[in-house]
Amino acid sequence: MIGTNSSIRAIPAPERHPENVPFWEGSQAGRFMIRRCTACRRSHWYPRPLCPFCLAESHWEAASGRGEVHTFSIIRRPDMQPYCIAYIRLDEDVLMLSNIVDCNLDAIRIGDRVQVVFKAAVDGTMVPMFTVI
Amino acid sequence: MTIKGKACIVGAYEHPTRHAPGTSVAQLHAEVARGALEDAGLDIKDIDGYFCAGDAPGLGALTMVDYLGLKVRHVDSTDTGGSAYLIHVSHAAQAIAAGKCDIALVTLAGRPRSEGSSGAVPRNFGGNLPESPFEAPYGLVTLNGYGMAAMRHMHLYGTTSEQLAWVKVAASHHAQHNPHAMLRKVLSVDDVLSSPMVSDPLHRMDCCVVTDGGGAVIVTRPEIARSLERSGVDILGAGEAVRGQQGGDFDITTTAAAISGPRAFAEAGVRPEDIDYASIYDSFTITVILQLEDLGFCTKGEGGRFVAEGGLISGVGKLPFNTDGGGLCNNHPANRGGMTKIIEAVRQLRGEAHPAVQVPNCRLAVVQGTGGNIGARHGSATLILSRREST
Repeated sequence: MIGTNSSIRAIPAPERHPENVPFWEGSQAGRFMIRRCTACRRSHWYPRPLCPFCLAESHWEAASGRGEVHTFSIIRRPDMQPYCIAYIRLDEDVLMLSNIVDCNLDAIRIGDRVQVVFKAAVDGTMVPMFTVI
Repeated sequence: MTIKGKACIVGAYEHPTRHAPGTSVAQLHAEVARGALEDAGLDIKDIDGYFCAGDAPGLGALTMVDYLGLKVRHVDSTDTGGSAYLIHVSHAAQAIAAGKCDIALVTLAGRPRSEGSSGAVPRNFGGNLPESPFEAPYGLVTLNGYGMAAMRHMHLYGTTSEQLAWVKVAASHHAQHNPHAMLRKVLSVDDVLSSPMVSDPLHRMDCCVVTDGGGAVIVTRPEIARSLERSGVDILGAGEAVRGQQGGDFDITTTAAAISGPRAFAEAGVRPEDIDYASIYDSFTITVILQLEDLGFCTKGEGGRFVAEGGLISGVGKLPFNTDGGGLCNNHPANRGGMTKIIEAVRQLRGEAHPAVQVPNCRLAVVQGTGGNIGARHGSATLILSRREST
């Protein structure tokens, strides 16, 4: 069995961009947020101040932190522990790139329900990832 | 306006090297430029348009124009990853049609094998990428982006690892005849399946080779093409498209070939069933299956069955593809396979492919390229090329 991988693969620190300050503050406090458009009302990922569907202003809102595995792939290299990258279809109906952690990677299947967990990057930033529930 | 009938590829050259630790990237660009000019029977002084992408050192075309000693009146450094060179051919045809240049040079070269770059390690595209904070922490690389596409395709359509493997097997059947190919061993489906799993569901042999090298093509107007001794090929149609995650609403099993392909076929006035030979970008085996579907050679989801049992082997299957061995076995210089796709299509249309893989009476070819990462954002370009009936 392949064990938990987050403690093994060093998580690169996310580059800091001014528009994402509330996102990372939320993550640090255990809150997962996405953006929703104030005009067309659609949520989107990755977060942008101007909606990628209509270019109107979007705003941050608390997200469910739940979704399902849309697709995934497990990188296997001789020099590091396997890690699983995935697209999660959030319950807000957007696809989000992330990692699946804290579970048996070999048992992951498309359609599995997942929930957000936060893992520390090398600089201490808490990064949202997902685990199978 | 159309580019149909407005331009021809009259020179094509693939560098024979696959490992060039002692040669600079700029020199490789110069060597492939010289090779393509010699193939065309033209001189460097004849070039008045230059096209390159991000594999070329320097800012856009500035360094290479100076390094090569070019006197150009048109430059274009559009970069859509490995598909860029197909776009360059299309843009060169547009520029020629508009009178902005007469003889255009397109070069590609790089040394990823010597420099340790590949689809398994992160690329550095500089700072301020808006997607970076939401991708880099998760270890997205080219390899697992395509792995996710393959996984989803299997889930939706029942595509199997054996079907993926058939793409590599077909490429290896062709590569055995190419003395320059990096991998010349004929492979079986079992060989592919027994290679290590590197990014589920992709095995090591589902991946392309990592090679140093390069290639170049020369594009010119038909009147000039007719004055040359060597036969050229006509550019009948072209399409280009860019697709990404689309705000979180995208289909990872559909490439932008679904957009660029129909545009190119429409401009050329031909259909997939008219095609004699196909150069299909093959960064990974899954890449080929997705693009064959998106170009309309089969319906979405049928790609695995289309390629199985030798469907892509020249002389055996219904659609001979990548008869040089492709990126999967022959060459993938600079981690960008579009240029070599164009070059092999030119060889086929000139009747100059290896006799063991030459398509008899090859009149019409499609060249399909993707670049970037179909698991995140990518460019696609499609060219329809035809044999010149008289020179």
